[in-house]
Amino acid sequence: MTMQTDSELVARCRDGEEAAWNELVERFSRYVYAIAVQAFRLSAHDAEDVFQEVFARVYEHLGRLRNDDAIRPWIAQLTRRLCIDRIRSSGREGPADMDDLEPGGYDESLAQLDEAMTVRASLDAVGEDCREILDRFFCRDESYRVIGDALSLPAGTIASRISRCLAKLKVQLEGRSGGPAPSGVR
Amino acid sequence: MTGYDEERIAELLRLLPPAPTGWVQAAQELPAARTEIAALVARAEADAAFRARVVADLEAALVAEGIPVTPSVVAVLRSSLETD
Repeated sequence: MTMQTDSELVARCRDGEEAAWNELVERFSRYVYAIAVQAFRLSAHDAEDVFQEVFARVYEHLGRLRNDDAIRPWIAQLTRRLCIDRIRSSGREGPADMDDLEPGGYDESLAQLDEAMTVRASLDAVGEDCREILDRFFCRDESYRVIGDALSLPAGTIASRISRCLAKLKVQLEGRSGGPAPSGVR
Repeated sequence: MTGYDEERIAELLRLLPPAPTGWVQAAQELPAARTEIAALVARAEADAAFRARVVADLEAALVAEGIPVTPSVVAVLRSSLETD
């Protein structure tokens, strides 16, 4: 299965395809959420407001994006700015430069999230079964038992399946070309 | 891209837990609300008093127009009014 690149997805959104917009939100929802909650440590309430505001602005201004392949850095920058606005308006910090309100190590956190998005983009290539099991275990923090029940698999086989799927994903990542790649998957 | 071991891959996967389902759904429903929001914004552009009421309380304005109030809809309305 080949995922669409970010620019292909953006083009479909611009054409008004509702399914493409749903996919774009799916593709970047974890990224925006992680920036707000992990990098900026916003409360759930503030993070939700920022999350919705980010996608509202993306929706409104998608037509102005000059380089469709640059949607991920654009979304990152938008999220960063809105997180800083939220911190400033909450009164936790006085007036200051944007850079002063950015948490320490932000650039490193963002780089890690970008790398994580690259790994997620490879998940589809390892097959639905592996994608599902790796997502449930590592991203959703589900136990072997919960995964086994959900996927109708013996709980005793989950660990070995995870190990095999990780090895498969590693091979996939090592074989990636340097061309444009999608930003992530569900 | 090289240099990934399984431990590193697992660590990176853990960095991206899913956003709450309701948040994602609300963001996905934006296009459906677009037409209604556009009509409200057009009315606000034509009627300064109405615009003042909308700006003063976005949520109340949406309720009055029968538009479902979600954080994303409010955000789009706010953004649309700001860019007028």
